[in-house]
Amino acid sequence: MREITYREAIREALREEMRRDESVFLIGEDIAEFGGSYKVTLGLVEEFGKERVRNTPISESAIIGAAVGAAIAGMRPVAEIMYVDFTTLAMDQIVNQAAKIRYMTGGQVKVPLVIRTQGGGGRSAAAHHSQSLEAWFFHVPGLKVVMPSTPYDAKGLLKAAIRDDNPVIFIEHKLLYAEKGDVPEEDYLVPIGKANVKREGEDITIVASSFMVKKALLAAEELDKEGISMEVVDLRTLSPLDKSIIFSSVRKTGKLLIVHEACEQGGIGGEIVAEVLKEIFDYLDAPIERLAAKNTPVPFAPNLERFVIPQVEDITAKVKEILK
Amino acid sequence: MAEIKDKKLVEMYQKMLEIRYFEEAAMKLFQAGKLPGFLHSYLGEEAVAVGVCSALKKDDYVTSTHRGHGHVIAKGARLDKMMAELFAKKTGYCKGKGGSMHIADFSIGIVGATGIVGSGIPVATGVALACKMRRSGQVVACFFGDGASNTGAFHEGLNLASVWDLPVIFVCENNQYAESTPQREHQKIKDVSIRAISYGIPGLNVDGNDVVAVFNAARKAVERAREGEGPTLIECKTYRWMGHYIGDPAYYRSKGEVEGWKKKCPIKRLRKRLVEEKVLSEDETAQIEEDVKAKIKKAISFAENSPDPLPEDALKDIFA
Repeated sequence: MREITYREAIREALREEMRRDESVFLIGEDIAEFGGSYKVTLGLVEEFGKERVRNTPISESAIIGAAVGAAIAGMRPVAEIMYVDFTTLAMDQIVNQAAKIRYMTGGQVKVPLVIRTQGGGGRSAAAHHSQSLEAWFFHVPGLKVVMPSTPYDAKGLLKAAIRDDNPVIFIEHKLLYAEKGDVPEEDYLVPIGKANVKREGEDITIVASSFMVKKALLAAEELDKEGISMEVVDLRTLSPLDKSIIFSSVRKTGKLLIVHEACEQGGIGGEIVAEVLKEIFDYLDAPIERLAAKNTPVPFAPNLERFVIPQVEDITAKVKEILK
Repeated sequence: MAEIKDKKLVEMYQKMLEIRYFEEAAMKLFQAGKLPGFLHSYLGEEAVAVGVCSALKKDDYVTSTHRGHGHVIAKGARLDKMMAELFAKKTGYCKGKGGSMHIADFSIGIVGATGIVGSGIPVATGVALACKMRRSGQVVACFFGDGASNTGAFHEGLNLASVWDLPVIFVCENNQYAESTPQREHQKIKDVSIRAISYGIPGLNVDGNDVVAVFNAARKAVERAREGEGPTLIECKTYRWMGHYIGDPAYYRSKGEVEGWKKKCPIKRLRKRLVEEKVLSEDETAQIEEDVKAKIKKAISFAENSPDPLPEDALKDIFA
C-alpha cells in the first residue's frame, strides 16, 4: 500500500470531502496560501479557492462562532485552531454554543462542525504552544473528541468527523505530522467511537492515544526483547469512549497502564480507572497505574520538557514495575 | 424610500401589543410562582424588535438574547409554544430544555437565543456566512444590548462580518443599562453606533421607541446586506422599563428616569399616529387589543394544560 505522512493523510481527507460535498469548507488563521502553521492545508486554496479555504483574522472566538453559525445554517465547516492552547480563546463558542445549541433548542438543529487543532509537547515551545487539553472537551456533553495516532486513522477519522452531524474536536499531534504510514487512496472511514488494538500482547494492557501510542509501541518493542508481551490499545476517539475494547483487553491481561500526555490530575486516565474498577474489578491482578505528564505547565528547556512528559523509557520502567 | 403602507403599520401595532401583553402576562405568572428560572422583561423595547423584524422576510434569520421574547414574537414565533417553554412544558419550543432565555424556531429563522452576553454575535456572523456561501439571498438580524458591545465577541464578530461583507444587521438595543451598570460607567462613548467606523461599515443611530424610524433604518440595512454590500450597525436608543430581571428592584435608577421613559411608550406613540391619521378608529384599536389579549390567554391555557417533560427526556437531544 502507498505510504504517506499523517499531514498528507489529513490533507487528503479534507480534499476528498471538499470534492464530495460542496457544503464543506475550511475556516482558520493562515490556512490559505500559507497552508496553516503546520502546512496541513497547503495547496487546498489552489483547488478550492478562497471562498472555501477562508483565511480569518486572529479571532478564535469569531472563527468558532462563525463555524457554529454556518453549521446551523446548512454548511459543514472545518475550523482550524492553530494550537489547542488557543482554543481557550474560543471556549465560550465551543462549550456554550457548539456543544449545547442542539440540546437547548430541544433537538431542533444539527451542528455538523469539525474543529481541527493540534497539541502536545516535544518541540520546546513552552506552555502556550505545547498543552494537551483534551480532558476539557472530554468533560463537555455534546462534544465528540478524536485524537488519531496514525496516518490511516487520521484520514479515516477526519472523513468520518466531517460527515458526522455533531461537533467533533479533532486533535492532531505536532510530532506526528511527519510520521509515515499506509493509507489507502480510496475513500474509507474510521468510525468515531471505536478504539483498536495496535499491538496484541498477553502480559499487560496499555491504553493510550495520539503520540503516546507511538511511544507505547516503541516501549513494547523494547520489552519484547525481554520477554514481556504488551498489548497496546489506541483509543482513537476519547469521547464517546470505547469501553468495551478496554474491558476485553484487561480481561485478557489482568493488568492496566493508562498513558497520556495531558497532566495526570483531571486527565482522562482517571475516568478509565473508574470505569474499569466498576465493571471488571474481578479481572484485575494488579492495581491500575497511570503514567501522565507531571502536574506542571509544560516547560521550555528540553531536559525539563522531557522530564515532565512521559517518555518511552518511563513506559518501560512503569511496565516492569507493575509486572514485578 | 417607499412609503410604509397602512397595513404594515397596523401589523406592527399588533406585534408590539403581542409583545407587551405577553410580557405583562409572563411577569404576573412569574410573580405568582408559576414559571421556574429567570425572566428578563422586554417591556418598553417593543419598537426595536418589531421595527427590525418588519424589514425581514420569513426565511431571514434572527439571533436573540436572554431578553429575547420580543425578538422572537416579532419574527413570528407561536405564542403558545413560547408560553409552554416558559412553563417548562414538553410542548414548549425547546421541549423544556431551554426556557425563557433560549427560545428558538428554526422553521422561521429564529436560530437561537444565547444566555452568554455577546456570544450570539459571532454565531450570527456565521449564519450570514452560510447565506453568502449558499447565495440564498437571506440576511441575518443580530440583536444584542449596549452591554454586549463591550465584549470581545462584539469586536471579533463585527470585524469578521465586515471584512467578508456578510449579510448581517447588527442591532444594538441600547437600553441604557448593562444589567445594573449605566452606560456612562461602562463605556466612554455615548453612541455605540460610532464603533461602526472601526469596521468600515455604516453606523446608524435611531430612536428605538419609534417603530417607524427603526423600520426605516432596518430596511436600509437589509437592502444593503441583500445587495452584497455587507453589514450595518444600527443602534436603537430605548429603555428597559423593568429591572434586569423580574424581581430586581432596580435601586440603581430613579423613579423619575423610569417615568420619563414610560411617557415615551413606543406603543402609545404608534397608536396615536394610527388614530390621528385615521388608519384605525378608536373602536378598531380596542378590538385589536382584545384580540391580542385573547391570544395570550389561549397561549397560557395551552401551556398550563400541557404535560411536563419526562425525566428520561433529559437524556435525549444531546447528539444528532
